[in-house]
Amino acid sequence: MSKVPANLKYADSHEWVRDNGDGTVTIGITDHAQALLGDLVFVELPEIGAILAAGDECGVVESVKAASDIYAPIGGEVFEVNHELGDSPELVSTDPYDAGWIFKLKLEDANQVADLLTAEAYGELVASEA
Amino acid sequence: MQHTPFYQKHLEAGAKLVDFAGWEMPIHYGSQLQEHKQVRTDAGMFDVSHMVVLDLQGTDAKPYLLKLLANNVDKLKEPGKALYSCMLNAQGGVIDDLIVYYLSETSYRIVVNAGTRAKDLAWMQQQLQGFNAQLTERSDLAMLAVQGPNARAKVFSLMPADEITIAEPLKPFYGAQVGTWFIARTGYTGEDGFEMMFPAEQADKVWDALVGAGIPPTGLGARDTLRLEAGMNLYGTDMDETTSPLVSGLAWTLAWEPTARDFIGRKALEAEKAAGVQQKLVGLVLEGKGVLRNHMKVVCEAGEGEITSGTFSPTLGLAIALARVPVACGDHCSIDIRGKLYPAKVVKPVFVRHGQSVLS
Repeated sequence: MSKVPANLKYADSHEWVRDNGDGTVTIGITDHAQALLGDLVFVELPEIGAILAAGDECGVVESVKAASDIYAPIGGEVFEVNHELGDSPELVSTDPYDAGWIFKLKLEDANQVADLLTAEAYGELVASEA
Repeated sequence: MQHTPFYQKHLEAGAKLVDFAGWEMPIHYGSQLQEHKQVRTDAGMFDVSHMVVLDLQGTDAKPYLLKLLANNVDKLKEPGKALYSCMLNAQGGVIDDLIVYYLSETSYRIVVNAGTRAKDLAWMQQQLQGFNAQLTERSDLAMLAVQGPNARAKVFSLMPADEITIAEPLKPFYGAQVGTWFIARTGYTGEDGFEMMFPAEQADKVWDALVGAGIPPTGLGARDTLRLEAGMNLYGTDMDETTSPLVSGLAWTLAWEPTARDFIGRKALEAEKAAGVQQKLVGLVLEGKGVLRNHMKVVCEAGEGEITSGTFSPTLGLAIALARVPVACGDHCSIDIRGKLYPAKVVKPVFVRHGQSVLS
């Protein structure tokens, strides 16, 4: 079974969102998403300064077998990306919720975090897709 | 969905199974990258029992193959010698690529692809008319490929001495009957090793013995990255019925001599050559980070082309591809990746042999 940490929020496009409590969030792809892709070999990071609306394509994760878009789960401005992934894309596979984070957003509306899926709801979504 | 004799073993080994040409086959057993490395540095085994083994027998077996195949079976003089060939249609398009083993003047073994089984058999039967020979499908056999620098030694560790004396001297691209088995020093990875055919009822026992000898199972995912690194074509991807061997990097498999041998497709290929071959199959290496994928557009000064097989090379840590490009394409090109152009080098279509990079 894939891990779904209870302290995070989720999007149905399989990103996780960590509320940093200061109007910013950290975003990555879920354990379930990385497991479906297999060994990751390349991450195309979002551009710093990009203004994203919820649902916008903003990057790509690529495994040996497939490429998968990364979507913004929530609207905001990209202010930091995980440059470690340039040389070590496998961090997304081995540590998706911590060292494998992908980008950070400055939120346009911090209240929108509440609209994302809870861990429980995301866990049910994953179970229903299995 | 069809299953090979190793299906239960795949499940026990934790395989992730996918549909491959109607067969439920292992794509990997946990990590494609690790399995790839295992074959490049040690040994791994692949279930290739979905491939189609055909025995051809009869007094006209040889004249039939001289007409059917674009390569020349008359090159085969020693029992067990293998030949790689295309089987063409009248337009010079590739119906399939295959390996044919010479057993005697009246007996050959042919291995064709799983995905083309029905059309291959129909075509081969149709061409048999007027020849005194019979084709027999050997679905009673299981087939494993054991590949890697240590593959042969590990197989020998399981063999009785009298069988080793037959299998050990086999040169590359030779096979031999060893009891109820047929063992050939062939493969699809660019590494040393064997492809082994044996009665399907032995499947469980053979699998367990090979795993016990340190040859873990390897999925079709790694098989694809290994063959692409080795610069080997994949049927249906790098060539098909709409492309001739001349534009598919397979001109080396065409036997033009003797000129009197009128193999199927010869006239179309001669016309294509006379008119001037328009495209070529090359290797590509992406200069920056990223991954090359099938069907990406290739832009060079001489015009546009297309990636036929693209991937990330685990051995090189770079994106590589086979691509069909205009014949005048030079040493550099650009690849359209999601709407942006990225520079790539054009190289000979072989990237890794015997575990080592062959890129200069």
